[in-house]
Amino acid sequence: MMITFMNNSDSEEEPCNERTSLMSAESPPVPSYQDGLPASEAGEAQTHRKRQTGSSHSPNNAADGNVSDSGVPVRESALENEEEELTLKYGAKHVIMLFVPVTLCMIVVVATIKSVRFYTEKNGQLIYTPFSEDTPSVGQRLLNSVLNTIIMISVIVVMTVFLVLLYKYRCYKFIHGWLILSSLMLLFLFTYIYLGEVLKTYNVAMDYPTLILVIWNFGAVGMICIHWKGPLQLQQAYLIMISALMALVFIKYLPEWSAWVILGAISIYDLMAVLCPKGPLRMLVETAQERNEPIFPALIYSSAMMWTVGMAKPDTAARAPSQQTWDTAEDGRENHRSPSHSDSEILETRSPVPTHPIASLEELEEEERGVKLGLGDFIFYSVLVGKAAATASGDWNTTLACFVAILIGLCLTLLLLAVFKKALPALPISITFGLVFYFSTDNLVRPFMDTLASHQLYI
Amino acid sequence: MARARQGHQGPVLVPAGRDKAPGTGIALEQHWAFFWLVSLLLSSLIWFIAVKASDPNDEPLQKGLLIFGVMFSVLLQEAFRFLYYKLLRKAIEGLVALSEDGCSPISIQQMAYVAGVGFGLMSGAFSMINLLADALGPGTVGIHGDSQLYFLTSAFMTMVLIFLHTFWGILFFHGCENRRWWEIMAVVVMHLAVSGSTFCNPLYVGSLVPSYLLMAVAATWAYLLSGGSAQNVRRFLLCSQSGASPQPGS
Repeated sequence: MMITFMNNSDSEEEPCNERTSLMSAESPPVPSYQDGLPASEAGEAQTHRKRQTGSSHSPNNAADGNVSDSGVPVRESALENEEEELTLKYGAKHVIMLFVPVTLCMIVVVATIKSVRFYTEKNGQLIYTPFSEDTPSVGQRLLNSVLNTIIMISVIVVMTVFLVLLYKYRCYKFIHGWLILSSLMLLFLFTYIYLGEVLKTYNVAMDYPTLILVIWNFGAVGMICIHWKGPLQLQQAYLIMISALMALVFIKYLPEWSAWVILGAISIYDLMAVLCPKGPLRMLVETAQERNEPIFPALIYSSAMMWTVGMAKPDTAARAPSQQTWDTAEDGRENHRSPSHSDSEILETRSPVPTHPIASLEELEEEERGVKLGLGDFIFYSVLVGKAAATASGDWNTTLACFVAILIGLCLTLLLLAVFKKALPALPISITFGLVFYFSTDNLVRPFMDTLASHQLYI
Repeated sequence: MARARQGHQGPVLVPAGRDKAPGTGIALEQHWAFFWLVSLLLSSLIWFIAVKASDPNDEPLQKGLLIFGVMFSVLLQEAFRFLYYKLLRKAIEGLVALSEDGCSPISIQQMAYVAGVGFGLMSGAFSMINLLADALGPGTVGIHGDSQLYFLTSAFMTMVLIFLHTFWGILFFHGCENRRWWEIMAVVVMHLAVSGSTFCNPLYVGSLVPSYLLMAVAATWAYLLSGGSAQNVRRFLLCSQSGASPQPGS
């Protein structure tokens, strides 16, 4: 995964190589959306980054050049072995780094679904799913849900293509404005509704001045953390919260059968959009790589910081702290309109400075390696688990089974990421497992376990 | 977190200059839970088909089918444990082949422990979680004449099963590693015995007591297989600081 840049042979290959281009694209994201800064700072960071990695590679190259020819392949294979082993070692670490936020998001959603009745009440539908499911016949209901899915997916596709076009023609201001507006709505309006419902459920009284104070602080700090600078963990917490809020909205407003069909369809769409040569997400990734910009700074959850402060290289020491703060910002604001989810359904790795034992980089911490996961993935995972919690006839086993299935899918996806070393869709495997386990646990395992429990038998 | 696991079974020799894969244990526990879930799914499928194909009003038949379902499920769980052992063996061989100094970053003993814990936790969660949710709600235990100790005994039974799964994991893997088939058979027989004893419920003496006795046996056996000995226990209890802590038998 993230270790590939260590390999000397890679750095000497042509720039179009997946690995190297992905590596050089993994620079600090666009630091802020303040006027005039983005492009120049990104470019600055980018060139510095390339200089950084280039210079850190040069001692290796020199060393290699001095070794005899027979030594070079041995050195390369030894490096590869070490690379594989470190891949596995850090692979496990990345799995943990993603398990925790995904689990937290799911826990928040399930806890809310189980306690606050508002999110399981039927109060209308989104305009994206106009067909109602209150029809008498099964066939009609199925047809309506398929039609709803088609409409929803087309809206997502159109929005994604629109976004890719905007990105291609460099309409950054428009994109930034759109994202800021949507995160404003999420952080203020949806939080207000959520807080109101929670207070209603627990019958706690709160006066308006307190409410305004709380919501204002929450929202303002959230906007700053997500769009500008802030501590990494606070930013991660906000991203988890807005993903959970978004998932709750979906759970409330998507009718039952439509939700399941949409989940299936969106994982297929994700697969195609990221892997097909003409897929919008793949074009987005490639455009970003061509421009040597971060893939898409918003809508992405990043699990670790990029740099460590303790680097010995003098020309980087001054840069390191500022880049640290750069990285803590900018990763992910959520667009409430579902289309943007599609471009966030890219699973990538961050590949910061190599930890190959070069003397100048000995003080690198291990924790700086991170993995990026799109917020759309968080949202759809939580929608699946939340729907399972809401509709599985009060059964917790189904929720638990879906939870395990999704985490295993994530594990497998990360394993594939380690093998293929390029951007991969994170939805298909997890959602497939989740759907399979939901339906089979609800229909097969539940009667079995209920019968066992009623006789108090244990297996 | 892999280090925390080492504390349970004694320090493992760390290859010089190479750290153990951090967090691998936790990452792989999910795999165990998944395998247990799949085994449960398949056995439920079989039971479901059998029930649907039979007469629902025939009480003895339904009871018989249930017993069959339970036994089949136990056998399937052990089969999946074996399957995962095979998978893991291949993975470790691959890692050893790739590593520079011929030591794998994960030891089979750690994996045995994690396997057992994963199976146990998943099995316990599935047994208990609905009960716990119901325990919150309004109600009276045993109002229709059933046992009033339902929750309590369920809790104890779940606990003993989780422990047993952990120890069975260690025993099973040790048996597979050293080709001692009788150890594997012992694990399967123990599992069948424990599940079978729960048929005595609500006569809890018939199920809890044998299960706890079996757990004590399995615990001692697993401890001895992991390299522990009576002296270690004595030293631990007397809090003495002498050198040798239990080494895993590898």
